[in-house]
Amino acid sequence: MSKINFLKPDRANLNTFLYLGSFLFLISFLDVFFNSFFNLNLTGFLPNFLSFVLPLVLGFIGLYFIRIEYSGIKRLDLLNKHINTNNFNAVLSLLIIFVIIKSIPPILSWFVVDASFAGDSKDVCTGSGACWTYIKVWMRRFMYGMYPNAEQWRINLSFISLVLLGSVGYFATDKFKKYLTLYYVVIYPLIAFLFIFFFISGGPVFFDFSYGIIAAILSIVIGFFIPGRFKFYYFLTVPLALYIILKYFLFFEEYIELGKLDGLNWVETGAWGGLSLTFIISFFCLIFCFPIGMAFALGRRSGFPLIRYISVGFIEFWRGVPLITVLFMSAVMFPMFLPEDFFIDKLVRAIIAISLFEAAYVAEVIRGGLQALPRGQYEAAKSLGMGYWKMHIFVILPQALKLVIPGIANTFLALVKDTPLIFVVGLLEIVGMLNLAKTNPEWLGFAMEGYVFAAIIFWIICYAMSKYSYNLEQKYKTDR
Amino acid sequence: MNLKLKDIVPQLITVIAVVLIFGFFTYNAQINMENRGIDFGYGFLSQESSFDVQFSLIEYDGSHSYFRAYLVGLLNTILVSVIGIIIATILGVIVGVARLSPNYLINKFAAFYVEFFRNIPLLLQIFFWYFAALRALPLPQDAEAIFGVFFLTIKGLYVPAFIWQNFSIFFYSLVAAVIAIIVIRIHAKKVQENQGKQIPVFFISLGLIFILPLLSFLIGGVKLSFEVPVLKQLATTSFIYEGGVSLPPELIALTLSLSLYTATFIAECVRAGIQGVGKGQKEAAASIGLTPNQVLKLVIMPQALRIIIPPTTNQYLNLTKNSSLAAAIAYPDLVLVFAGTALMQTGKAIEIVSITMFTYLTLSISISILMNWYNKRIAIQEK
Repeated sequence: MSKINFLKPDRANLNTFLYLGSFLFLISFLDVFFNSFFNLNLTGFLPNFLSFVLPLVLGFIGLYFIRIEYSGIKRLDLLNKHINTNNFNAVLSLLIIFVIIKSIPPILSWFVVDASFAGDSKDVCTGSGACWTYIKVWMRRFMYGMYPNAEQWRINLSFISLVLLGSVGYFATDKFKKYLTLYYVVIYPLIAFLFIFFFISGGPVFFDFSYGIIAAILSIVIGFFIPGRFKFYYFLTVPLALYIILKYFLFFEEYIELGKLDGLNWVETGAWGGLSLTFIISFFCLIFCFPIGMAFALGRRSGFPLIRYISVGFIEFWRGVPLITVLFMSAVMFPMFLPEDFFIDKLVRAIIAISLFEAAYVAEVIRGGLQALPRGQYEAAKSLGMGYWKMHIFVILPQALKLVIPGIANTFLALVKDTPLIFVVGLLEIVGMLNLAKTNPEWLGFAMEGYVFAAIIFWIICYAMSKYSYNLEQKYKTDR
Repeated sequence: MNLKLKDIVPQLITVIAVVLIFGFFTYNAQINMENRGIDFGYGFLSQESSFDVQFSLIEYDGSHSYFRAYLVGLLNTILVSVIGIIIATILGVIVGVARLSPNYLINKFAAFYVEFFRNIPLLLQIFFWYFAALRALPLPQDAEAIFGVFFLTIKGLYVPAFIWQNFSIFFYSLVAAVIAIIVIRIHAKKVQENQGKQIPVFFISLGLIFILPLLSFLIGGVKLSFEVPVLKQLATTSFIYEGGVSLPPELIALTLSLSLYTATFIAECVRAGIQGVGKGQKEAAASIGLTPNQVLKLVIMPQALRIIIPPTTNQYLNLTKNSSLAAAIAYPDLVLVFAGTALMQTGKAIEIVSITMFTYLTLSISISILMNWYNKRIAIQEK
């Protein structure tokens, strides 16, 4: 047997070092494992400090012993390459392994083992774990806010229909694919608007408005069949005519009165809340901020100096102030700027404020895409005789928007994460509802459960969005 | 001048639209204020504020003016932002480098951290720390000392206070050290350019910054002592720490969540920056005989920094703006003190909200000017 130099593991004594190292590592691992899972201190006979650092020292020596280059054993080489490249990495790897082992039991016991799920009152929550009963009892409030329980099917139905309508794009045949953009940019948002303001809000208050929307949709649909040279005059006259016909000649309101279609109760926006409000706000802000942002991005790159200055001023102003002050402005300052008898619902005010705020960020992202396009694209489009709008719609924007998909997705993510701020104007989405539930005298002391619950929901939404945007990015990736 | 109608009309329309919108708003505002009997003006700033603020860096109570309250809020905002930026930068750089580590565990751990904290709304994190995590801390009488001098309790973190004697001498010695370092650096650069000799600037600077203040202690009569917080009983169940500096739990929750949240974004910037430097650069630098340290210092970092700094600036700005979420947990920052309490008391919505927004605009623009200047300094000088 050759002499073994313990200071330098080598291939000659591969097995000796391998067994010795694995053994030491196993001991340290088991020590931590028993300590954390079974609350047994295997090294309890040692002094306190020594017992604490012993697994680290043993594990370190073990990893040192098995760090043998070109051992010929595939698994060992992989292990060495990935977690055991040098002493520093070995210590860090050990620490991470120990932290994971140490943190599993308390987390598991809090979440599942000691948690209470059954029952519907605070009395069942006696264990040391989480009280998921609290979430269960308050679930409707967290999802729908103060929306009356009996009416919540309206929210569910609207959301399901909107999701179904939104998934139309997946089933569209090639023939209809070219209309998809129009559908998603104009028609779908309008349908969504109608759904939310008629169905979720209820009541015929917004009828006047909806005539306009119906007229717009109808005229756009009919517009497809109008020959190109008449289109301008068509859009100049027909929508208005349709609106007037709808409003003054068809008397929908009377039919609806007769048919009791307005049997839906009016639910004021102050009662909306919970996760559904998060979705509503994110959805509308997303729809509004995109075109506004695009307009200001184009404005910032416009050749007209005055338009450019105005766009720069707009963008820099909104980007320079925090959202919370913008919402403050919409809550306390904005009403001062409107005629006295003119009232805007606070939800609408919040949506306007957030949309303008996010639009500035969208504008900067789109501007980045516009700047990244090579000049040749502009010149080629111009040399084909395209005007400003044709050039941008058919050549520049499709390419630029493809480039900025990740940036846009990040902005939308930020938007979703910013929605809790609407507590400033007195609207309570899920985080706001949590804070309300927390102060309920019957359910004191369950703040942790509530926040963990909301965090999980938000995490799932945001993570799914970021993964989806990553997929989109890969799908539309064009080599340049 | 070749002004065409085609050029003028769109601009004119836009300007008229903007003017009309603003005119409409001001007109309404005037009418509304007249009807409600509010007069417009900033005179209230010098009036007595008559409200108290829990935590302030400068001397303040109800007898001071509204302007003083504004300053209190502004300083608190700046305090949170500066602490947050420092912690977030350190954490972000560490995590960003860790994400590039060949070590699988470290890599995944860093990735987990980034994905976890990035995808949860900041406000929720602030609430979590403030209402859930920090509420689980011990009461003052049960708190155990950390290193014998720090006390982390439900009422905040108590740290020892510095008590200086002849602080100005110490300060001047520090300033002198900084000036000396700058002079030496300039001199060293000149020497290197002219003679090719390298002066160990780093060690000289390190020495200066330690030795000069040390001398001020030994010779200048500067004295430093610590005041350790001591537990004091107010009533049978009410305890408090006296002496030292107390950091309120609001401040701790806010800086913690702000820096944890922003660090994830900075980590991504750092990762992108280091990955953005071509592999060939490293190999070329190594092949001309630079040591690994020199490669990092002279080749990788200058190039990586150029990619890292612009997005990181944005994150600093975001952090500063996000610090306004303090209002949600009643940390007395600019929004809470000025746009909250002062607004309620005076009812001067337009003035106060506009001042608040203008302040944030100034803060943002000054940070971005500073970072742009730095960015320009380290950018490639193309000739």
